[in-house]
Amino acid sequence: MTSLAQLAQLIRSKNAGPFELTFDIMFDDAKTYERVKQSNKVTREIVAKLYNLSANDVKFFFCDAALAIKASIPRPFTQGDPRDSDGHGGQQYAPLMEIQIP
Amino acid sequence: MQEEIRILSTSSVCGAGFLESSFERALAQKPHFIGCDGGSTDPGPAYLGSSRTVFPKDAIRRDLRLMLIGARRLNIPLIIGSAGTGGNDTQLEMMHQMVNDIAASDHLSFRLALIQAEQNKVYLKQRLNEGGIKPLSPAPHFDSATIDRSEHIVGMMGAEPFIRALKAGADVIIAGRASDTAIFAAMPIMMGFPEGLAWHAAKILECGAASVVQRKTPDCMFAWVRKDHFVVEAPDPELRCTPQSIASHSLYENADPFRLVECSGTLDLTRSRYESAGDRSVRVSDSAFLPAERYTVKLEGAEKVGYQSILIGSIRDPFIIRQIDDWIARLREKVHNRVDMVYSERITREDYLLHIRIYGKNGTMGPLEPVKEISSHELCLTFEVTAQTQEIASTIAGILRHQALHLPIPEWSGLITSLACPYNHLDRGPVYRFNVNHVVEPSDPYEMFPMTIVEIGASASKKVSA
Repeated sequence: MTSLAQLAQLIRSKNAGPFELTFDIMFDDAKTYERVKQSNKVTREIVAKLYNLSANDVKFFFCDAALAIKASIPRPFTQGDPRDSDGHGGQQYAPLMEIQIP
Repeated sequence: MQEEIRILSTSSVCGAGFLESSFERALAQKPHFIGCDGGSTDPGPAYLGSSRTVFPKDAIRRDLRLMLIGARRLNIPLIIGSAGTGGNDTQLEMMHQMVNDIAASDHLSFRLALIQAEQNKVYLKQRLNEGGIKPLSPAPHFDSATIDRSEHIVGMMGAEPFIRALKAGADVIIAGRASDTAIFAAMPIMMGFPEGLAWHAAKILECGAASVVQRKTPDCMFAWVRKDHFVVEAPDPELRCTPQSIASHSLYENADPFRLVECSGTLDLTRSRYESAGDRSVRVSDSAFLPAERYTVKLEGAEKVGYQSILIGSIRDPFIIRQIDDWIARLREKVHNRVDMVYSERITREDYLLHIRIYGKNGTMGPLEPVKEISSHELCLTFEVTAQTQEIASTIAGILRHQALHLPIPEWSGLITSLACPYNHLDRGPVYRFNVNHVVEPSDPYEMFPMTIVEIGASASKKVSA
C-alpha cells in the first residue's frame, strides 16, 4: 500500500466559484494514474465519506488527457462568509493525502 | 476569412504583473489583439462589496500602461474585463480614470469603449417577478430583499458586448464584470473561427502562463487560433507547455473539467485532442461548443454582513487545552451575559455573531475536519465579533477579551490569566458576503451591459452612448 500523497504529482483544493470547492489529484505519468484509477480507492463515494457528504453531492471525474482525477463538493460555508475559514479553499485537501492505494 | 488569429494574454490578472521581455517577444509575433482580465470572485466578496481592488492600484497602473502602449504601437485592440476586481461601476470608473491619466501622460489617442456590468435593482426586481432569474446549484435564497440589501450586483457578460464594442471601432475596451474567457473568445468568434476552439483557447489564455509545466511568475501566454485547431505557447522561451499541462488547465478553478458554461452555451472538452507541437507548444483540436437554448447571464452580488472586530490569542495550559470545547462554551455564555448587562438587553445575542476559530484543532477545515482527537501543546484562537456598527462590535470584542483572559477553570483556584494576546483587538471595518448564485434570462445579450464610447486624446473627448 502507498499513500495517494506519495503517488500524486500534486493534490490541491481550490474554489470553483464562491459556492463550490474542487479537488485536483494530478499525476506525472500514465502508469501511476492508471494504477490509482483502477484501484477503485479514489471514487465519488470515498470523497463523500471523507468530507461527510452524500455521494450525490460530489461531482467526480477521471480526466485521462490530463492524467488527473477531479472532485467537486459544495462549500460548507460560502467563500468569505463570517464562518468560512479558507477564502481561497486552498487547504481543504489534506484528508485525500492519506488514501491508501494497493 | 483570414487563416489564423493571434492572441496575446498578458497575465492572469491585470495587476499581477508580467515580464516586459515576454511582452516584447509576444508583440514581435504580431498579435491581432491583447487581452487581460482585471478581476475575479476569488479574492472574496469584500472587493465587489467595498469597491476596493485586490491588487494595489500602482501595480494595476504598471500593467495597464505597458498594455496600452503596446497595443497602440501595433494599432490592435486591447480588451480588459472585470475592471478593478469586482467589475462594478465604481471599479470600472476607477479603471477609466487610470486609462485617461496614462493616455494623457504618454500622449496616446484612441477610441475607448466602456461597458458597464453593474445591475440596476429595478431591472433585477422586474426580471425576478417575471420568473426570469433562476438558481444555479448550490444557491443561497434570493429575493427582492436580497436585491435591496446588496451593495453591488454585477452580471458576468459574455462575448457579445465585446463584439459590439469591437464593431463600434473600439481600440481599447474596458469592461465591468465579464466571463474571463469572453475577453479572449469575442474577437475570434466575430471573425468566424469555430466557437469550440475560440472558447477553449480563451479558457487557456485567461490565466496567462498558468498552464505551463512550471510557472516562475505571472506572465504572458500566446495562441494561434486556426480553422481546425489552435496552438498555445508561452512567449518566455524558458516556459514549456505539454499536452498534459494544457489538458489539466481545464481543471483549474472549475467544478466540471469537461463542460464550461458560458452565457451563450457550453464548451465541451470531452473529445478535445492535445498534441505536442514542438518543444514548448501544444496543438489542440476537436473542442466543441454547444449553443444554449436560452441565453443566460450569471449574477454576482455582495452585501454587508456588518462590522467586525477580532481578537487573536493563544493557550498553552494543558488543563485548558484538554477542555477547550467546554471552555469556549462557558466563555460564550459569559460574553452574552456581560453584553446583556452592558447594553441593558438593548442588544440581544441574535444581534451579533461571535465566531471562534481554534487553530491546532479545526481552524482550517471547520466542520470538514476529520481529525477529532488533538495532541497540540498549544492552540491559537481567533475571536470574531460581527455586529450592526463598528462601535458595538468593538465594545463586544473588548468585553470578550476581558472575559477570556480570566475565565476560571476547575483545576486552578484563584484568579488566572488564560489567554496570551500579542495585541489588543482590531477593528476590521465592514465585512461582506456573496449573496447570489443565479442566472438572469435577458431579452438580449446587451440589455444588461450598456456601452459608452469615448474618444481619448488628440481627437478630444466626444462621448457617445449606446
